[in-house]
Amino acid sequence: MSKYTLNVNGKSHAVEVAADTPLLWVLRDTIGLVGTKFGCGIGQCGACTIHINGVPTRACLTPVSTVGRMAVTTIEGLDAEASHPIQQAWCELDVPQCGYCQGGQIMTAAALLKSNPAPTDEDIDGAMAGNLCRCATYLRIRSGIRRAADIAAAKPNGGAK
Amino acid sequence: MSSTDPSETLDRRSFLKISALVGGGLVLGFYLRSTSSLLGAEIAKPQEGTEFSPNAFIRIAPDGTVTIVSKQPEIGQGIKTSLPMIIAEELEVNWKDVKIVQGDLNPAYGNQGAGGSRSTPNNYDEFHRLGATARTMLLEAGAQTWGVPEGECFAAQSAIHHRPTGRVLGYGGLVTRASTLPVPAPSAVRLKDPKDYTLLGTRVSGVDNIKVVTGQPLFGIDTRLPGMLYAVYQKCPVFGGKVVSANIDQVKALPGVRDAFVVEGTSNLLGLVPGVAIVADSTWAAFSARKQLKVTWDEGKFAGDTWDGFAAKAAEISKGAGASTLHKKGDVVTALAGATKVLEANYTYPFISHASMEPQNCTALFKDGGFEFWAPSQNPGGGQEQVSKLFNIPKEKITVHLTRSGGGFGRRLSHDFILEAAAIAQRVPAPVKLVWTREDDMQHDHFRPGGFHFLKGGLDASGAIAGWHSHFVTFGTMSEGKEGVALRPGSGGGMDGDQFPSHFVSNCLTEQTIMECGIPMGPWRAPGNNIYSWVIQSFIDELADAAGRDPLEFRLDLLSKKMEGPYNAARMTAVVKLVAEKAAWNPKKFPRGQGQGIAFHWSHQGYIAHVAEVTVTNDGQVKVDRVVSVCDVGMQIVNRSGAENQVEGSVVDGIGTLMFPELSLDHGRFTQSNFGEYQLIRMPDAPTKIEVHFLKSEYPTTGLGEPAIPPVAPAVCNAIFAATGKRVRQFPLSRTDLRWS
Repeated sequence: MSKYTLNVNGKSHAVEVAADTPLLWVLRDTIGLVGTKFGCGIGQCGACTIHINGVPTRACLTPVSTVGRMAVTTIEGLDAEASHPIQQAWCELDVPQCGYCQGGQIMTAAALLKSNPAPTDEDIDGAMAGNLCRCATYLRIRSGIRRAADIAAAKPNGGAK
Repeated sequence: MSSTDPSETLDRRSFLKISALVGGGLVLGFYLRSTSSLLGAEIAKPQEGTEFSPNAFIRIAPDGTVTIVSKQPEIGQGIKTSLPMIIAEELEVNWKDVKIVQGDLNPAYGNQGAGGSRSTPNNYDEFHRLGATARTMLLEAGAQTWGVPEGECFAAQSAIHHRPTGRVLGYGGLVTRASTLPVPAPSAVRLKDPKDYTLLGTRVSGVDNIKVVTGQPLFGIDTRLPGMLYAVYQKCPVFGGKVVSANIDQVKALPGVRDAFVVEGTSNLLGLVPGVAIVADSTWAAFSARKQLKVTWDEGKFAGDTWDGFAAKAAEISKGAGASTLHKKGDVVTALAGATKVLEANYTYPFISHASMEPQNCTALFKDGGFEFWAPSQNPGGGQEQVSKLFNIPKEKITVHLTRSGGGFGRRLSHDFILEAAAIAQRVPAPVKLVWTREDDMQHDHFRPGGFHFLKGGLDASGAIAGWHSHFVTFGTMSEGKEGVALRPGSGGGMDGDQFPSHFVSNCLTEQTIMECGIPMGPWRAPGNNIYSWVIQSFIDELADAAGRDPLEFRLDLLSKKMEGPYNAARMTAVVKLVAEKAAWNPKKFPRGQGQGIAFHWSHQGYIAHVAEVTVTNDGQVKVDRVVSVCDVGMQIVNRSGAENQVEGSVVDGIGTLMFPELSLDHGRFTQSNFGEYQLIRMPDAPTKIEVHFLKSEYPTTGLGEPAIPPVAPAVCNAIFAATGKRVRQFPLSRTDLRWS
């Protein structure tokens, strides 16, 4: 067991876990943030997508020992009030079915919009191809990202808090 | 439709109870008696004075807050939003003021199984009456308060209004008086005229969407309890295998491990399968310890089974008569002998997994001789019953909390993961969360069976079907039934003799032969139908092509030949005509490499047709450009957004299942174990456009979780044929060479 101090959603968390523990399980079991989901454990489904220093990352493949003091953002930290343009669009268009993958979808989509505020459908398909949705809500996810881009464009600061 | 007459049904099987809340709220509970085959077990009458009993579906607080209990498991089908909408519509409350809470397993709620797309049709009428009865009582309370005739009052927007004076009383203010009123006779409760609906049929966003998009705990796997431990469970990769020995002592000594033990299990392939449990301080400690676990297995009698072996056996079987006859009409042999043209085709598909995104899991606590479960289950009542039987514990001592499920698709109608959690919890003095890895989930699913269909069809001189002969070679296991232990088809692997076109062809023979295997099989979204529709609607397309007839015209002609049986050909005909119109059916307008295909299917009380448009590149890559869907699921769409979402999802699921997944059986086990080898559809392969239309009919409202998926794959394959002249007769799509020049 080793001690780490993690920076998650702007808060400092002291944890004591095995060095090879994936960040996914530290978030879920140790810190109690369960919005980041376990789907495959091998980086194929994207349900565990988080941001590390703003970059979408698979928490299931990220050993806690590699995180250091980098800024970790989980779905809980994106915007707890659900006012991020992606979250707004998701609720407006009723994107989720079961909802299990949607945290990962939203984290990937939020990173896409940050780097590409007006993505084409091709850009969207490319960016989102790593995130599985077994309920197959892909058409609504596409529409949701387009809608979120519009919402963000209409806000003076691009939707960022 | 006398059987759905509201007053009659209410008289027959239901009664209402109302009681005052301690805090002055109105509780309206609706208790369902056992005479209803749809609504399940005998319900105990609740004790007087238990005002806060979960037997209530509606609670109105003095501050006007309306709480509605959602009793069905939410698995992504949107039932937690749609059923409460029905109550809210009749109750005349503002949807934004309504709070929805998930009910746990409770006999007072009647059947709580979410399967067979039955949640809507089984509860639709009752939920209308629940809301309407409460509204009637509030109306009376308002009229009494003002001392005016009820006829001068009406309910709207969470309040009673006095028409002549314009006075308004909010529901909150009427709670005390309403609580004292007797429950009106069913005949005195008037349901709303559908033309006055303001909520039903509109688009309502899911009630848990805010929690979903902010990552709040909702799902079974999110359960966290004080002192909770974490468990994994290793089963034999070969179906039917048993534990001989394991390095338990070594595993117990590993960091973070609290316990490890062999669970003997039973021989029921769908029950508690033998295995080794590891209980640890964290999920990762359990996963890590499992890597050190070494088990010697007795692999059992199915260890030699391979897919190729079964395929060869099926081909051999197809040369003879089927073991059973499912449907026989006329003389198919003579009809085929005298036919102008005879076609023969074999259709084959593999076993597949449900692959719900949330792996199976269950949290359990064994305490004071009873169990408490937190389970993502589609069938919590069935789970309780199986635990009761296996562990010999009365149902009253088994509590089941319903969590949201990260996908169901039929997988969570099974209870294996609950039984495993129970077996582990019995040995552990703390709550324990059992989590399956994706590998566990994929290798120990209750799988959608693979199958082999051998078809012969004959055309007469007019180009109509003269004879239809189908021999379905399927998979089964020795299992318990009414007539004792016998070889029975796996769930989703037995065909129904009424399957189309049984009652539309005068010389028709449907036969079935079961091959025994050790593979656990279970219902997979629209069981059986999800793949039979592809076989049947593809072969119909082959016959239409051989007859030189338009696929739409050929189908409409066939639908006009209904003889008998439970198929409403008029409903299907209307659906097919409308989908052709909405899609602007004109297969001839497409250039080579592009095509339009059509298919229809009736299952789960829904009449559905799709037109698919595809592009196939020269090198054989398929892209579905557009799917147009028409669904007749009765007289009323409940939540239009949810309904459309189910159809859109079914369309993409149908395309994905055609294109990608395949499990390969080798030495009694499936070789694929995760999403690396077992591909699911991803966004780039989803169609560009899906257009969903609902054909409103005069029939009762029915469900949409399943019926839209069966005709998807045949519509796409028929479009591929139109584009390329190549017929797809195997799943997945990659097995067919679709290159063209």
